[in-house]
Amino acid sequence: MKFDTPAGTNPIDQEKVVGKPHPRIEGPLKTTGRAVYSYENHEAAPDAAYGYVVGSAIAKGRISSMDVREAKAAPGVLAIVTADNAGPIKKQGFYVAKPLAGPEIEHYHQAIALVVAETFEQARHAASLIRVDYARGQGAFDLAAARGGAKPHRRRPDIRIGDFDKAFSSAPVKVDATYTTPDHSHMMLEPHATIARWDGDQLTIWSAQQIIGWARRDLGNKLSIPQDKIRIVATYIGGGFGGKGSVCSDAILAALGARAVGRAVKVALPRPLMPNNTSHRPATIQRVRLAAGRDGKLVAVGHETLSGNLPGGGPEIAAAQTQLLYAGANRLNLTRLATLDLPEGNAMRAPGEASGLMALEIAMDELAEKLGMDPVELRILNDTQVVPGDPGRGSPTDPQSASGNQGKAEEAPLPFSIRQFIPCLRTGAERFGWKQRSPKPGSRREGRWLIGMGMASAIRGAPIMPAGGRVTLDAKGIVTVESNMTDMGTGSYTIIGQTVAEMMGLPLDRVVVKLADSDFPEAFGGGGQGGAASATAGAYAACMKLREAVATKLGFNSADAKFVGGEVRAGNRRAPLAQAAKDGAITAEDKMEYGDLSKRFEQQTFGAHFCEVAVDAYTGEIRIRRMLAVCAAGRILNPITARSQVIGGMVGGAGAALMEELAVDKRFGFFVNHDLAGYEVPVHADIPHQEVIFLEETDPTMSPVKAKGVGELGISGVAPAIANAVYNATGVRVREYPITLDKHLAKLPEIV
Amino acid sequence: MKPFTYERAKTPAEAAAAVARQPGAKFLAGGTNLLDLMKLEIETPRHLVDVQDLKLDRIEPTSDGGLRIGALVTNTKLAADTRVRRDYGVLTRAIVAGASGQLRNKATTAGNLLQRTRCPYFYDPNMPCNKRKPGSGCAAIGGYSRQLAVIGSSDHCIATYPGDMAVAMRVLDATVETVKADGTTRAIPIADFHRLPGDTPHLDNNLEAGELITAVTLPRPIGGTHHYEKVRDRASYAFALVSVAAIIQKDGSGRVAFGGVAHKPWRVEAADDVMTQGAAAVTAKAFADARPTDDNAFKIPLATRALAATIAEGRSA
Ligand SMILES: Cc1cc2nc3c(=O)[nH]c(=O)nc-3n(C[C@H](O)[C@H](O)[C@H](O)COP(=O)(O)OP(=O)(O)OC[C@H]3O[C@@H](n4cnc5c(N)ncnc54)[C@H](O)[C@@H]3O)c2cc1C
Ligand code: SF4
Repeated sequence: MKFDTPAGTNPIDQEKVVGKPHPRIEGPLKTTGRAVYSYENHEAAPDAAYGYVVGSAIAKGRISSMDVREAKAAPGVLAIVTADNAGPIKKQGFYVAKPLAGPEIEHYHQAIALVVAETFEQARHAASLIRVDYARGQGAFDLAAARGGAKPHRRRPDIRIGDFDKAFSSAPVKVDATYTTPDHSHMMLEPHATIARWDGDQLTIWSAQQIIGWARRDLGNKLSIPQDKIRIVATYIGGGFGGKGSVCSDAILAALGARAVGRAVKVALPRPLMPNNTSHRPATIQRVRLAAGRDGKLVAVGHETLSGNLPGGGPEIAAAQTQLLYAGANRLNLTRLATLDLPEGNAMRAPGEASGLMALEIAMDELAEKLGMDPVELRILNDTQVVPGDPGRGSPTDPQSASGNQGKAEEAPLPFSIRQFIPCLRTGAERFGWKQRSPKPGSRREGRWLIGMGMASAIRGAPIMPAGGRVTLDAKGIVTVESNMTDMGTGSYTIIGQTVAEMMGLPLDRVVVKLADSDFPEAFGGGGQGGAASATAGAYAACMKLREAVATKLGFNSADAKFVGGEVRAGNRRAPLAQAAKDGAITAEDKMEYGDLSKRFEQQTFGAHFCEVAVDAYTGEIRIRRMLAVCAAGRILNPITARSQVIGGMVGGAGAALMEELAVDKRFGFFVNHDLAGYEVPVHADIPHQEVIFLEETDPTMSPVKAKGVGELGISGVAPAIANAVYNATGVRVREYPITLDKHLAKLPEIV
Repeated sequence: MKPFTYERAKTPAEAAAAVARQPGAKFLAGGTNLLDLMKLEIETPRHLVDVQDLKLDRIEPTSDGGLRIGALVTNTKLAADTRVRRDYGVLTRAIVAGASGQLRNKATTAGNLLQRTRCPYFYDPNMPCNKRKPGSGCAAIGGYSRQLAVIGSSDHCIATYPGDMAVAMRVLDATVETVKADGTTRAIPIADFHRLPGDTPHLDNNLEAGELITAVTLPRPIGGTHHYEKVRDRASYAFALVSVAAIIQKDGSGRVAFGGVAHKPWRVEAADDVMTQGAAAVTAKAFADARPTDDNAFKIPLATRALAATIAEGRSA
């Protein structure tokens, strides 16, 4: 099915099931421990052997010798996979770092061996018996120091519109500040984990993967296995946040280990290995220059961002959203990439926007203060209904923008498909009680606590990918939908089920949803907040076909047939849906493909975040008191699962604002705090109160479902809202995330 | 994890003898610290002597009006004990500021005293660390040291003792009671229990091989208001950047010990003497010899401010 003109009214608009607050359908399985995650699929691999990954002890250099004899002789050991015996592993795919190093080492904790043994304990113990000598090389580990060699990147060409320098220097009010964001770790609850099993030359992996198609492509390419010989299953996933974007060392090494021992092998990355072995959100150094007239109208908008990566890796596209958020005639937008020998930087929840707004939205707060304007009003004043200038940008913040579905250069002015940015700001201000905020920082105190309020804008791209689905109606009237879309805890099962139920005129409990298996139709996956929109549109396409087949079978004219209440109706004729399958199940499969609407319209989601914090006047400790998000993100398919996405994003934003930082040891070249004791993420006590408001919205340029994603919008803008609240509380501006007490302690009020 | 053997001892003396007999043997209490370290092969005991059957899980009054806390009393039970809450509030406050409910249910009094440092380099076996591998060097010096010691450190180690309970015990002048392999017992003042790193950072404390902690005794209550101020980046489930255990009397005099700043709970008696002069006077004495790193120099003003908060709270109590 091709979607190339904005959608008109269709069955989804009935919103009998779609849009309703259905609890997630697989929830009871998860809360009772019956949902089988990849590593625990004992049924698929009852006698799996255990693989344990050994990480490199150096960040850069070579293995000069590796002695595995003692390890090999240890009790229970079946095989040891190293670069010496693994066969060729090609360097292509979503992740650029090699999943198995040797002799060359690219980064710390890069896998150098997999020990396979009868039990986990035996494998882990034997791993410690491998003796490795390294020749340590010189590496670059300091982003600021690597700036000199930084270069532009093809994914994000420079943008210069008007005369930025002149406009900036001659403006009466300006902000010129540098902000830093640190490296972040995904730290999802379920580690990277895989069971691999070979049946002849057929490989199956049960693996925590966000994007089944990419996992299969990359696994095939890296190990030179034809794709049709690979099956990927990822039924349940315990979070990913971008860190499971494709196959990592666990999957590759499980496959190699299983081949070596002729038996299924399971591998989970130990928590302390995850931050350095796999990918992370790269640190940035961002300079933001904003200039405005005394009326508050922006005349110059400059955003420059620097990040680093391994050779071949991409930049953190942290400045791109700035081109879309605010008006302003003169613009400078530069993205620079330096080469670093730290672990690979790659996608993490709202790649680009999350980091970029952390800088831009503090700068806007600073500008508002200089102007003596309310921060909400300043943003409203600088709203734009068209993309300012035309950068020919596609959706540059998405790693998957390379998928060919994204726009290329376009004539200005490009309109937004829908832009409810101002309503987000106004609703938020109203509902949060923004009026209570004192514009004078450091002026509200309750006992020990300095109280502050802050806000920030949110914007995040709304990509949509071609996706398919397969639906089968059986004689009992149950419709089963199959798609290789994944569910990381995001609610995919439920919203796809709701879509199918709506289309077929069934209650949700008459729909069975099967996801995350490469045997099912391709539907992209969970990433770039593109999953919900893409996969439900795929299900829609398949259901349209099934409706036609059912109507034909029952002798209805498919154009007139209505699917309601488990029946097909037209005129005064009605027939039970199940009747169509009485001679055998009916299966329909289709794929939603797209024309150029994403090039004719700028498709984005918008939001506004508000936050109140308390800062201990003595110790400088920062505690969030309440948070509010207002989101405009297309049709909200299910307010429960959508809210859960947004509040999860807000927790991530709280972490980014106040505590999350992979500390770089610039001598040894690694992230030092590589476990959950050292890498702090928020706990319940940090998140006392969250509220989410979704504005009514449907976006007919997206798909017939008119939906967008919301999971990444939920984190975008949260951290700067908190940062601005902290400033409002203390009067001390901190521009280096995370905002920890040591960064403002010396400037807090004197104590007696 | 290295393979190990396991036994359950019946009496304290037997347990001590069992550990002393076998090189590389260790006691196992709640296991919340030891087992984690064994999984990472930072601790590699070849034999474990489980002490859970030793009947050291009672809290009893002592003849001089104090309390004797059995070595195996859990953190949860100790913090909830009505006598502790009434007379030694600083101890309850310190314990409940630590770890999580689940961990405190398992963690024992002796195990808590003996928990090892949280220096991140200690936790990474690829890194040089004199505490983990004597003579290998100290990766934390010149590295990421935000959490680490500002005082009492050495050129060999700048780690901290990370716990909370012991900081309260230090301000209470507790005593650690032990039994050795030969059956002899001794009582070690808490001040002398933990060591400074010096050039032997692999030794956290002054226990001998096989010496078993049987109890911790608290002297008779000294009144005053009891405070435990734990400063950390997140609101719960984090080790202290700085903590302050204080007992403040009506006249403003009192005592204070600091956590998160040194290789042991940090108390300078001369600093106690100037409590009435305010927080800055106290920390000027308590941290006179501090040698912080760039990363953690903030801990000293933070200690002052946290103590000031405590004193203010004491005044308003
Ligand atoms: C995630 C996490 C967070 C934590 N947060 C905090 C915190 O915020 N504050 C805090 O104070 N602590 C914290 N802890 C540490 C926790 O308090 C300790 O792990 C616990 O107190 C150790 O007690 P245990 O009985 O489990 O000791 P074990 O692990 O059994 O033993 C620890 C050590 O003591 C020795 N030992 C045990 N009993 C005896 C005995 N009777 N005589 C001689 N030696 C003995 C063992 O041989 C071992 O070396 C945290 C721990 C974890 C895992
Ligand atoms: S500070 Fe101590 S524990 Fe940390 S690395 Fe140095 S020697 Fe080891």
